[in-house]
Amino acid sequence: MEINQETVAHLAELSNFSLSEEEGKRLESDLAGIIDYISQLDELNTEGIEPTYQVFEMENVWRPDQIEPQEADREELLSLTKEVRNNQIKVPKVL
Amino acid sequence: MKTASKDLTAVSMVKAALEKAHHYQPDYHIFTWINDAAIKKAEEIDRRIAAGEKVGRLAGVPYALKDNFLTPEGETTASARILEGFESPVTATAVKKLEAEGAIMIGRTNLDAFAHGSSTENSYYGPTKNSKDLTRVAGGSSGGSAVAVALGIVPFATGTDTGGSIRQPASFNGVFGFKPTYGTISRYGVVAMASSLDCVGFFAENTDDMDLLMMICAGQDSYDLTTLPDYYGKEQVFDDPVKKIAVVKDFDNEAISPEIRAALKAEAEELRANGHEVIELEMPALKYALAAYYIITPAEIASNLSRHDGIRYGFRSEDSGDLTALYQNTRGEGFMSENKRRIMIGNFVLSSGFYDAYYLKAAKARTLLIQEFDKAFRECDFLLMPVSPNPAFRLGEKVNDPVAMYLEDVLSVSLNLAGLPGLSVPVGETEAGLPVGLQLVGPRRGDRELIRFGGEIHKNSAAGSTERHADIMGGKD
Repeated sequence: MEINQETVAHLAELSNFSLSEEEGKRLESDLAGIIDYISQLDELNTEGIEPTYQVFEMENVWRPDQIEPQEADREELLSLTKEVRNNQIKVPKVL
Repeated sequence: MKTASKDLTAVSMVKAALEKAHHYQPDYHIFTWINDAAIKKAEEIDRRIAAGEKVGRLAGVPYALKDNFLTPEGETTASARILEGFESPVTATAVKKLEAEGAIMIGRTNLDAFAHGSSTENSYYGPTKNSKDLTRVAGGSSGGSAVAVALGIVPFATGTDTGGSIRQPASFNGVFGFKPTYGTISRYGVVAMASSLDCVGFFAENTDDMDLLMMICAGQDSYDLTTLPDYYGKEQVFDDPVKKIAVVKDFDNEAISPEIRAALKAEAEELRANGHEVIELEMPALKYALAAYYIITPAEIASNLSRHDGIRYGFRSEDSGDLTALYQNTRGEGFMSENKRRIMIGNFVLSSGFYDAYYLKAAKARTLLIQEFDKAFRECDFLLMPVSPNPAFRLGEKVNDPVAMYLEDVLSVSLNLAGLPGLSVPVGETEAGLPVGLQLVGPRRGDRELIRFGGEIHKNSAAGSTERHADIMGGKD
């Protein structure tokens, strides 16, 4: 996998952030170095091995479907944002 | 540790901690915020003691909180610009448990932003300095917490450990650092890094304190469904005082500093002299742990950090025009370079065309690693390993070379991938006077026995004998 300015720009887009030109240049060599390092996993034979995503292999941990009193109410949560209108968070135009 | 009583007021304990915090802060940059209002909580504890009310097991004990635990006291920043100004309305479960026992938070400690790093240099607020040498790093990501305990500001501090973030700064500063079995302490209210690896743990001055903190904070939590059914303090007690300890052969090479290898050999000899059995083990899959870690962790980071968009809380880039630009500018300005590297690597290894070769491959490597540890614990009670390849390195030495920085984690990440408990035990110093720690590793749920035995290792080490000497000379209270 070759990392160039095009792949850096694509990954920044997937990651939803802007990069300065200088940052983009640095990231090109940084990412290439990291990908080169992690690619050594190729050497490891994993044939017939199942993947692990969670060490205790837990699944479907249930609790009663009861609403518990919450620590924060709507007003408190809305107070954390920059601009509120009609009890909603205001954002810039979407389209 | 000392708790408040009629003879020792909580106010005097908290005042002393705050004075030390302010004294050391300008040189060491330990805290992102110092909680001067902590005195009020101490007054309340003293009032309750005077009234004969029951106070908890940590009554009046001042502690430092890594700044990635949510509480309404001060801003929770995770040392990242993107959380600037965030005053959490909720409190982390671990914090609730500590405070229910009367512990009092005197400050929030510095970390690598979002806990991404091994030196605390990736903090938006600047690096924390090593407690023994101001030209060296504190280690990371929980650098501030390690230094707060090492300098004697507080008897304990909280940390989080995703790949070594408690154990490595503990070893760089000569204190105990414990990462429990995955799922032992609730992650509720802790800023997420990589959810299948993140653990809450502690820095402490001794193993009795560590045990008490675990007794208080361990336990299942309905707010974190990955927590294990309660086991800490309920495990079977092994009466056999003779242990079988394995030293991993694969790390006895030039990648590890000679002084650290010498410390490990000396400790192995000491254990033998004390009647324990020491064996050597080969664990060939271990050397692939770091590559697997730097695939799985960035993948989980990319997902967890996608929530930070400038809309609901924290920093927002102004004058961005449309919504897409607002997201991109907020995240572009709000994340540190290391956050960006990890998010991009995460999105790379998860993207179509690369998923099988990287993410799936790493998840399979994780299985092999777990099998290798399981096999090892059929042959021994504990593993003894270095915590990191080097003692504390110089500020600026590795921060511009991400792979060199990642290699500092080569000995610590495997425990997180396998969910195992690990205790960083201070055992001595290098010639230059830098602390050296060794890592004692146990099987899942073997936490308490591990902490107990870690205390024994420390007592018999060079560090332990120096302390005994200081005690005899009256140099330590």
